[in-house]
Amino acid sequence: MEMEKKFGVYLCKGCGIADAIDFESLTKVIKKEGKIQHIQEHDILCSPEGRALIEKDMTQEGINSLVIAACSPRVKYLEFDFPNALVERCNIRELVAWTMEPKAEETQNLAEDYLRMYCARVKKSDLPEPYQTECDKTILVIGGGMAGLSAALEAANDGYQVLLVEKETQLGGYGAKLYRQTPTTYPFTTLQEPVVFKKIQEVQSNPQIRVLTGAAIEKIEGQPGLLDAHINVGGEVEVSRVGAIVLAAGWKPYDATKLTRLGYGLSKDVITNMEMEELAKKGKIVRPSDGKAPEAVAFIQCAGSRDPEHLPYCSDFCCATSLKQALYVRQSNPEAVAYILYKDIRTPGQNELFYKAAQSDPGVMLTKAEVIEVHQGEGGKLVIRAEDTLLGDKVAFEADLVVLATGMVPATLDDPVLNLDYRQGPGLPDLELFNGFADSNFICFPYETRRTAIYAAGAVRQPMTMALAAEDGIGAAMKAIQAVEHVAEGMAVHPRAWDETFPDPFMQRCTSCKRCTEECPFGAIEEDEKGTPFFKINRCRRCGTCMGACPERIVSFKDYSVDIIGSMLKSLDIPELEDEDDENAPYRIISLVCENDAYPALDAVGMHRLRLDPRVRFIPLRCMGSFNMVWVSDALSRGVDGLLLLGCKYGDDYQCHFAKGSELCAYRLTKLSETLDKLGLEADRVQQIQLAISEFDKLPQIVSDFVARIREIGPNPFKEF
Amino acid sequence: MNAENRKILVIGGGMGGLTAALEAAEAGAQVIITEKAPYLGGRVAQLYRYFPKLCPPVCGLEINFRRIKENPQISFYTMAEVTQISGSAGDYEVTVKVNPRYVNDRCVACDACAEACPQWRVNDFNFGLDKTKAAYIPFDMAFPQKYVLDASACSGDCGKKCLEACKYEAIDLDMKPETLKFNVGAIILASGWEPYDAAKIDNLGYGQVANVITNMQMERLAAPNGPTGGKIIRPSDQKPPKKVAFVQCAGSRDENHLPYCSYICCMASLKQATYLREQDPDSEAYIFYIDLRAPGRYEQFLWKVRDDEKVHLIRGKVAKVTQVPGSDNVEIMAEDTATGNKVKMAFDMVVLATGMVPSTKTSPFPLPLSYTPDGFIIQELLPPGVYALGTLKGPLDVMKTNEDATGAALKSLIALGRRS
Repeated sequence: MEMEKKFGVYLCKGCGIADAIDFESLTKVIKKEGKIQHIQEHDILCSPEGRALIEKDMTQEGINSLVIAACSPRVKYLEFDFPNALVERCNIRELVAWTMEPKAEETQNLAEDYLRMYCARVKKSDLPEPYQTECDKTILVIGGGMAGLSAALEAANDGYQVLLVEKETQLGGYGAKLYRQTPTTYPFTTLQEPVVFKKIQEVQSNPQIRVLTGAAIEKIEGQPGLLDAHINVGGEVEVSRVGAIVLAAGWKPYDATKLTRLGYGLSKDVITNMEMEELAKKGKIVRPSDGKAPEAVAFIQCAGSRDPEHLPYCSDFCCATSLKQALYVRQSNPEAVAYILYKDIRTPGQNELFYKAAQSDPGVMLTKAEVIEVHQGEGGKLVIRAEDTLLGDKVAFEADLVVLATGMVPATLDDPVLNLDYRQGPGLPDLELFNGFADSNFICFPYETRRTAIYAAGAVRQPMTMALAAEDGIGAAMKAIQAVEHVAEGMAVHPRAWDETFPDPFMQRCTSCKRCTEECPFGAIEEDEKGTPFFKINRCRRCGTCMGACPERIVSFKDYSVDIIGSMLKSLDIPELEDEDDENAPYRIISLVCENDAYPALDAVGMHRLRLDPRVRFIPLRCMGSFNMVWVSDALSRGVDGLLLLGCKYGDDYQCHFAKGSELCAYRLTKLSETLDKLGLEADRVQQIQLAISEFDKLPQIVSDFVARIREIGPNPFKEF
Repeated sequence: MNAENRKILVIGGGMGGLTAALEAAEAGAQVIITEKAPYLGGRVAQLYRYFPKLCPPVCGLEINFRRIKENPQISFYTMAEVTQISGSAGDYEVTVKVNPRYVNDRCVACDACAEACPQWRVNDFNFGLDKTKAAYIPFDMAFPQKYVLDASACSGDCGKKCLEACKYEAIDLDMKPETLKFNVGAIILASGWEPYDAAKIDNLGYGQVANVITNMQMERLAAPNGPTGGKIIRPSDQKPPKKVAFVQCAGSRDENHLPYCSYICCMASLKQATYLREQDPDSEAYIFYIDLRAPGRYEQFLWKVRDDEKVHLIRGKVAKVTQVPGSDNVEIMAEDTATGNKVKMAFDMVVLATGMVPSTKTSPFPLPLSYTPDGFIIQELLPPGVYALGTLKGPLDVMKTNEDATGAALKSLIALGRRS
């Protein structure tokens, strides 16, 4: 609903603001240029008295659109929270009072510019109205191994309908193929019965869970809340509507035939760790070649793992698994000896207790060794040639049976599994960054993917043990539940989980250039048969990358648009430079900063009371991905001398919460010279710097370096117009 | 389901607790967080960078704090301890003692109280590497952004000074401990871990030998908001060390100290070697280890650090750390198990990779819980409706703690649901 806006500006005088700024002059600017006549000052606006003043205005004067010129929007959030009112926080504490010379002319100019900008902003902003569609809350779980079973079970326990799809004819995955499990609880010394069978039973008897075995995902189309999964079950395709997805497609053992150097294929008595489980499950451990009980069994660790020619990662489970299987050997034949040849024994955490228990068995021998090769010896024996890295010698071991501790390969390495009918492709993006695993790039947010409402769990996500996979499935189920609940409410999911705005493109002006469809980090924009983009809002994370990408500037959110930021830029006062060589000549520079990282770093500059150059005006952006090139012309054609963009680190270890935002911004800037050439301006006037949230200490220098560069280039010739 | 029994209590406002609280709240639950420190963020707030991405942890904290600010379903109490829990799953009554901060919500973090304050206290946030005034803010990015008075550091009527200095009526010297009672359906235990007390490891010289520090102290030394403004310098003479040794398993994997592996220390030392190398291209790092544990995809970080020729990985357990006579340098005796030789080397500084101790070891919960002899909570024996997170159950890294916390959020929601 459109409300009639009644504006009010509230100026705080506390925290040194009144000592730094002349309020009389400021008020004149707000009235005359900001064109807002209702202005109130308070000594401490965030105090209960200050808040009461605002509340009184709201009830008595009907003020509903507020500019609060005080501290950073990152603080005093409860004090300045006015439900159903539009609130724009104009930061004149950290960005002016705490970082500028008090009562200096340029400090005053800066504060006045901030007020101009936020008066412009409040006029263009609106309150959000959530975008709501129908929403099916069924959770689709792909994969019926430990992670998938856990996800299905706990989602169902929380009251959700679950569709569990398993490609094999049986549930249980590799967990069901084990003879015993490594211990998962105190005292971490005794092997356990595989727990997966109990989970299978619970899943099968849960009325909320529908299980499809021997089933594969052919296609998934739609958007969260409205996803249609086309599932092939024994040649018949059924279409099921689901809301969110847990991808728990699991892993497969690394192909041991690639390990001929280690003797696989050379002798029947060289087997993999999974083949060892089969042997143990049959009862007595015997050599495949002659059925005799082996007296010496050698386990070769990192068979493929931690090897740039095979798997460039550690598979996490193999050390504990070999220790476990060494105990199988010992239990099967107390006379037998098990040798474990390892690079490092990796039994992190309390698994160390299991390592110690296994090590205390006199028949389990551990040797740090780099295995060179395995060949056939005499009398049916196998010979392992190795370099003993402890002693530096070449050594040879004889064994009756060799077990290769082969590692994990994620199901997503060569198969998208999801088969998304999305313009940007059938699988999760970024897989190549993670060696094929459907992992997250974020340490703080391990379930984040670039496909909204699709969360990976278990060994498809990272190499992990079964105990961890079980817990991991529950976490992914939580995220899937959250996603459908947010979709139902018309709210974004992480990282803007509160956001009820959404991109609302003015399609009449769309030229179908498709930049938005290509750039959206989340694949939220499809195109119709004619090639015209259309938005799948439920896939959208509200970063505004589409808004930044669009050359026609047609993408807007209620409180964030090309026009809103553009209006702020255009509201600035651009003084003439009487003497451009004067060190303090009033150059004007705009800095567009990521609100998640660079902006908090600016606040920290304020906390540390460091000085910033007063000629730079900072404007926060949702994400640098929303940076629209038109702002360059908006600013430069007004006479602004330069633009400094402060965004997150990009590249493989990107820090952008929207994955691609800062990188796309940098990409757009590579096309900048064209725009600037048209204006007859130097490309150096616009620069992007990568800045982490913790690097507040670097900011004053970054800012003054940029100002110095702009002064070298000289004033923007457009100033005079 | 009515709102009353849709409440979850999260004890501990570190990364795991925040994650559990937020994930549950964003799925519709009401969540209360209690944190004993005056700020949220826990251990993670003290880290300079995460492995393996070398990104700053405050970045994720910032997102989580914003999620809290935007979410009316979450409330939190700092300086709060849970003193009593009664009832059963679906209906726990919890008593929380909120210790006096002596600073109320009117605080604007202007620093006037600290400027006026005449007393100093050891800065626990920086592991004793510097001091703050008795009126202080824990660190620049602290959330909530509020000062606190350390009453134990105040003396006489010096409180008057900060009282007079504050223009915002934010100082309240008469503040008393407050007791709050909550009824909740489920409880998430998320009080995290403490670094193992390095002084207990006699042979490694901590507290005896100058320029022996812990890995957590190294995090603070490298952090721009730390005691040295981010410059890695050694305590004795404030000079940047050229040659630094990292002693792995300082306490961990040792029957006399911690019989378990602390999970993070190998990766942490590899990471800290990059801190050193980044600051000084001539510096050298030596890491003495038993096994290098870089599980899963962390392996590639190990490779990356190993490729730096000025990072030396030495397989050997350090036997003794001593002062080089007449010098501030530190001598390490170790057995290089790769060659069998005894190694004796002098360093400018030594970093002990101390391990994790569950916080329950020193501050147990007022609940009948079962612990391992090392103080870890045994998950299978938790009372119904009570869930423990991450490092309370066993040493773990941040990422896996967050996975665990997300799962605990769902388990708590299920516990709430069962009651209705």
